[in-house]
Amino acid sequence: MNIAAKSSFVLNRRHLLGIEGLSHAEITGLLDLSEEFVALNRQVEKKRTSLRGRTQINLFFESSTRTQSSFELAGKRLGADVMNMSVNSSAMKKGETLIDTAVTLNAMHPDILVMRHHASGAVELLSQKVDGSVINAGDGAHEHPTQALLDALTIRRNKGRIEGLIVAICGDILHSRVARSNIILLNTLGARVRVIAPSTLLPPGIERLGVEVFRDMREGLADADIVMMLRLQRERMNGSFVPSVQEYFAYFGLDSTKLAYAKPDALVMHPGPMNRGVEIDSAVADGAQSLIREQVEMGVAVRMAVLEALSRNLPNA
Amino acid sequence: MPSDRRPMLLANARVVDPSRDLDFPGDVLIADGVIREAKRGIGAAGVPQGAEIVDCKGRIVAPGLIDMRAFVGEPGAEHRETLATASLAAAAGGVTTIVCQPDTNPVIDDHAIVDFILRRARDTAIVHVAPMAALTKGLEGREMTEIGLLKSAGAVAFTDGARSVTNAQVMRRAMTYARDFDALIVHHTEDPDLAGEGVMNEGEFAARLGLHGIPKAAESIMLERDMRLVALTDGRYHAASVTCAESLDVLRRAKDAGLSVTASASINHLTLNEIDIGPYRTFFKVAPPLRAEEDRMAIVEALASGLIDVVMSDHNPQDVETKRLPFAEAAPGAIGLETMLTAGLRLVHAGQIDLIQLLRAMSTRPAEILGLPGGTLRPGAPADLVVIDPDLPWVLDPEELKSKCKNTPFDEARMTGRVVRTVVAGRTAYEYA
Repeated sequence: MNIAAKSSFVLNRRHLLGIEGLSHAEITGLLDLSEEFVALNRQVEKKRTSLRGRTQINLFFESSTRTQSSFELAGKRLGADVMNMSVNSSAMKKGETLIDTAVTLNAMHPDILVMRHHASGAVELLSQKVDGSVINAGDGAHEHPTQALLDALTIRRNKGRIEGLIVAICGDILHSRVARSNIILLNTLGARVRVIAPSTLLPPGIERLGVEVFRDMREGLADADIVMMLRLQRERMNGSFVPSVQEYFAYFGLDSTKLAYAKPDALVMHPGPMNRGVEIDSAVADGAQSLIREQVEMGVAVRMAVLEALSRNLPNA
Repeated sequence: MPSDRRPMLLANARVVDPSRDLDFPGDVLIADGVIREAKRGIGAAGVPQGAEIVDCKGRIVAPGLIDMRAFVGEPGAEHRETLATASLAAAAGGVTTIVCQPDTNPVIDDHAIVDFILRRARDTAIVHVAPMAALTKGLEGREMTEIGLLKSAGAVAFTDGARSVTNAQVMRRAMTYARDFDALIVHHTEDPDLAGEGVMNEGEFAARLGLHGIPKAAESIMLERDMRLVALTDGRYHAASVTCAESLDVLRRAKDAGLSVTASASINHLTLNEIDIGPYRTFFKVAPPLRAEEDRMAIVEALASGLIDVVMSDHNPQDVETKRLPFAEAAPGAIGLETMLTAGLRLVHAGQIDLIQLLRAMSTRPAEILGLPGGTLRPGAPADLVVIDPDLPWVLDPEELKSKCKNTPFDEARMTGRVVRTVVAGRTAYEYA
């Protein structure tokens, strides 16, 4: 059985480079379209033909498991030819500049380029040099728009709304593209966004992005509906940004004691991959309030929706 | 033993309480380890039965001193000083709280060591001991310590002891992180590259002695950097040992700008200068080095005005193996727990500073800066106090000093005024026979 698309939502843009600049209507349109794909993905027959004939290249300069595989699966389920290029095999490793790589790939006429890069702004730079659509799969500490969309979809499905919810984003805000995209998206949809972190992991000026800033989990989690944990990278744990894993977990690791500060029906999210015992306790990550596995499921649906909505705007669509 | 905790009336005293700016003839009543009253004429009627009555004969009763910088060798250098011997020296000097430094072996950079110090102090010391913890792991200046866990274990401040954190990024992050825990950073400001091979103050006397000098800029540059980092991070900062006029200018500007900055000067820098080194006397080798007389006078003036908040002993016991060496090779440091107050009285007798201001810098201010309960004679405060005879003449005999090491720059000096009784938590910890 093939479910015909009910939503005719079109993203009237060539690229999806970030959440910044997306309107309330565009975000809601993408989330509504995603709902259809959630249903589709739960069937035996998961294929659509809307991207038939299209070429999608996943260009990952940073290793990724879930984002890359979910973009690959999303493209394939929509009928596109999907090619993965990772940094290990790419010409970039041999010294080619980003622009030269872009020009080379562009000559192969891809319709959609999904790109992740360790430098903020690299995806936008690439988008200026290619003819197809570019989707940002994470650039430096700037944006990761599909993550924010999948988080929003997960919240909306569990809470029925986003407007008015208190969402606490906890952990390494300084280095997190997930945090930035989520702050923008959640504010656009009317949530109250908080960030909780030690000051060393907060970019100075963050309060200007429309968030309430907390340095204490007890205060920051009070009355929160959603607790969104962020990954702390190993090289930042031992004295440079925080003194140790032990101290970080003691003050900022989400365990059941700290989760109890939030609302009784608060839900826990994590973009993955998790460091159990660093930013999150296993009992919480695997507990009844955790949405972490559901987030992964929503990831495929949201990426299908983004590919579909952008492709409807491509020439000759 | 309930008997030595019986109530005590310190009668006929000159009560000096810098925390309330009080200096009046009166009595002080203590019971159950706390100060009950400090007022004019408590009289026999107000005294509980069985109280010990001490006739102070007009001598000064003041809050016990809090020495904000004292090196104690425990753990790792027990041959130089233990918590027990340091506490005996402290009690004899009127110091009721020793703030010990983390440059021990192992370094106090782990909460288990803070716990060790507190337990050892409880079991062996006759005065209070409040440890500072390391600011960076192993005092290496690279990675910050577990400031949150260390503070909750009982560390009162964070410092790398006699070392400076040269990496500004490390200092910035440590200040930023410490602010979240309202933790105080205490920093020894001496640029090690600029100090170089130096062993005494740079200038004429170093030139005459043929010793490498340490420029004052080694201190003021590091302090200036720190003031800008404090402005950037909004942290709480204490300059561990200010020694020269240039640094005072930096400090004044920072305080005028409203930064959370305080500063200590050591008793050595307030009472001695580079000329005291004379013929290579290594007991006068301290870090930072003794400066010129103009600097000493500027520091005294800054103490009088309150620009310098705290006077500390910089107690640093060194034995003959480390001191009986050519000047350049000798270890820096002088003991001071026992002599800090009596040396400070020199400034009072010389009319350079008021008694109450000196006592404030040795008790009330350290308590306020470190968040400790003492430093006051307010009713309800811990019964940590000192009885001082300000005019008693005596000659300092190093053999009578309680410290394990005898490296005092006041060797055989004539002193005027001394501690005659020290009370810690309501018990007499020292009495001058």
